[in-house]
Amino acid sequence: MKEIVLKLNKAFENRIRLGIMSVLMVNETLDFNSLKELLGATDGNLSSHLSALEKEGLISISKQFVNRKPNTTCAVTAKGRQAFREHLDLLEKLIKSKNK
Amino acid sequence: MDTSEQHLEDLKEIRKMMEKSSRFLSLSGLSGIAAGLVALAGAAIAFFVLGYPHRFFMSGEGYAGGVQMHAETIPALMLDGIVMLIAALGLSFYFTRRRARKNGLSLWDETTRRMLLAIAFPLISGGILCLIMIFQGLIYIVAPLTLVFYGLALIAASQYTVNELKILGISDTVLGLLAGVFPGYGLFFWAAGFGFFHILYGYRMYRKYER
Repeated sequence: MKEIVLKLNKAFENRIRLGIMSVLMVNETLDFNSLKELLGATDGNLSSHLSALEKEGLISISKQFVNRKPNTTCAVTAKGRQAFREHLDLLEKLIKSKNK
Repeated sequence: MDTSEQHLEDLKEIRKMMEKSSRFLSLSGLSGIAAGLVALAGAAIAFFVLGYPHRFFMSGEGYAGGVQMHAETIPALMLDGIVMLIAALGLSFYFTRRRARKNGLSLWDETTRRMLLAIAFPLISGGILCLIMIFQGLIYIVAPLTLVFYGLALIAASQYTVNELKILGISDTVLGLLAGVFPGYGLFFWAAGFGFFHILYGYRMYRKYER
């Protein structure tokens, strides 16, 4: 069990980050405001977690202007998808081993 | 340190976020019941007040004659249908907005947009085809067509909202095909598909999710 815990991806340790990844797994792209509303996070909090995930190469962020307003959209990268799947598998394993 | 509890919570949260962000979950069962009652009222008006030409069709004198004879009731039937459609949409909107507010969800978001887009194509193309058929004088084909296209629209929408909508969609599609086999009885199929099926579905949904 110990070694599974060690393998857990540190990038997903936080609830908001888990939320971001979950939402992006099932939505091709999503804009900043929708994410904010879904997760109930503040602007600053959300953007710091987003840039942390981007730095790890798990999500991609693109900024455009729509009607002269800045519009940030996020999407999960192939690497992020893979990493999140592995993370879910590990969580599952952990729970199973505990229940035995 | 019970980390397994925490992991279980994490998994639950992940599942919740995936559901919430990809499905429109505010659809109220009461919307279905209200739309069904409105449809039954509309069908009753067509039957008792406007004298929908079913008796003539049953006498077996052919559809062309029936259409000619009742040409003057067609605008009235169309008006009846349009008023009922607006009433049903208005009531559905009201109950769905009420449920969204109760659950603290916003009514207009990405999931709403996707669901409406999925509905729009089959529904609008079906509606236009029905209008074309009416102008061609093929009135009897309208009941089967509306049911089939509405059913297909619901099946498409069910991908983006509660899965039960698919059952209603399949039922209405099959009923529409049956209605095509029994021309002249369109109003009864129509009342069953838009009236009774909606009420049954709405009641089930209400019992399951809102009580």
